[in-house]
Amino acid sequence: MSPDLVLVRTGVANVASVIAAFRRLGVEPRLSDDPGEIRRAGAVVLPGVGAFAAGMARLRDAGLVAPLRARVERGEPTLAVCLGVQLLGLESEEAPGVSGLGVAPARTRRLVDAPRLPHFGWNQVEPDLTCRTVRPGEAYFAHSYRLDDAASLAAEGWSVARTREGERFVAAIERGAVLGCQFHPELSGAYGAALMERWLERAALACAGGVA
Amino acid sequence: MVRLRVIPCLDVKDGRVVKGVRFQGLRDAGDPVERAAAYEASGADELCLLDVSATREGRASAVETVRAVRAVIGIPLTVGGGVRRLEDAAKLLDAGADKVAVNTAALERPALLAEIKERLGAQCTVLSLDAARRGDAEQPVSTLRWEVVVAGGTRRTGIDAIEWVRRAAGLGAGEILATSWDRDGTGEGYDVELLRALSEAVPVPLIASGGARTALHMETALDAGASAVLAASIFHDGVTTVDLIKRELARSGRDVRPSPIPTPSTLR
Repeated sequence: MSPDLVLVRTGVANVASVIAAFRRLGVEPRLSDDPGEIRRAGAVVLPGVGAFAAGMARLRDAGLVAPLRARVERGEPTLAVCLGVQLLGLESEEAPGVSGLGVAPARTRRLVDAPRLPHFGWNQVEPDLTCRTVRPGEAYFAHSYRLDDAASLAAEGWSVARTREGERFVAAIERGAVLGCQFHPELSGAYGAALMERWLERAALACAGGVA
Repeated sequence: MVRLRVIPCLDVKDGRVVKGVRFQGLRDAGDPVERAAAYEASGADELCLLDVSATREGRASAVETVRAVRAVIGIPLTVGGGVRRLEDAAKLLDAGADKVAVNTAALERPALLAEIKERLGAQCTVLSLDAARRGDAEQPVSTLRWEVVVAGGTRRTGIDAIEWVRRAAGLGAGEILATSWDRDGTGEGYDVELLRALSEAVPVPLIASGGARTALHMETALDAGASAVLAASIFHDGVTTVDLIKRELARSGRDVRPSPIPTPSTLR
């Protein structure tokens, strides 16, 4: 059974593709920016929201910083996409002085060695052996910034998947039922659909009180 | 390394896919939703949907078609045609576009590119360029120039295409969709010199468009610096398929995403 799925309403994010992808999996996400709902929801999606500073400002204004932090710290089903995964981190070079949610101990920096930016297109995802939800395959990326591949991620229990464009960098992180993707699973065809389905299964298990 | 992309383009008018030659003489080429689903299944890396009636008739783009296409496809969708204001772009994203291509309106008011980039991000902001060669076919490559054309190629602007694209990238365009008016719908191959000049002029990804018939045409465009190759007629008319093109590109050593793509059940 699918968990109650809430998509964080960010105001500026492009969520139509995310909603359509979940619908194809037979799940109807609900849009909300209510802190109580985000706290209680069976599963939450934090979509990409344009710029880092605007994204954090929006989460702060809506009172969503604490509920999102709590979800991630407890390993509750949460999927962060593109900018969403950067928001889980400490801060971003894109917006000096603006703090992220700080639940993933890594900083976000501009991709410097890529031949062309934005990094647009399909690239290979290579998960660590400890990844349980992310599998090897090809996913669609659209970004110019990426999370640092910090040793502190592993130290705090995050499993990391990587890709390469000029440099090797973080393609996804996962811990418990929390999954953060720099790429767009909703735009990654069959690979993305399968990944989202595995995350939903993990979420359903976690909601049923099983081991995430 | 990020893969080179193959992008089928759906030119849409009144809810139907159409295709002409040099933007004129449009003929019916099927239902956009059916086409979109078939192209994804065949290994398309992205889709492009251009409302070719929008600008001339001065109305908003094909929002309903975008919504219907988005419901069935799980790959990125770029939508253009008739995007005149930031609100038009936002409306298309709401309907399920992932990138918005701006053409004529940006020429009239370049700040539109900066507005879309500020609000929606550079990854959503595509400059669509229609360029026509100036001068005669005999002149040396180094002296070639291209002019921006608008209104379905019926009006020349006098604006230098390379200069315009450089400016557009500076304003916030995250990708350039470069269509050769001279080659559009002809099957004579992309304007490779145009692509080379654009590729050297800007650091953002470049989509080659106009004139593709064979995988060899695509190879030369990719070798000229394009990150993606777009084609319409050859896929609509069944001259070839996305899958066959990608196999040929892979055989000749170009880095494309393997095709056909596996189904979700084989990945589980």
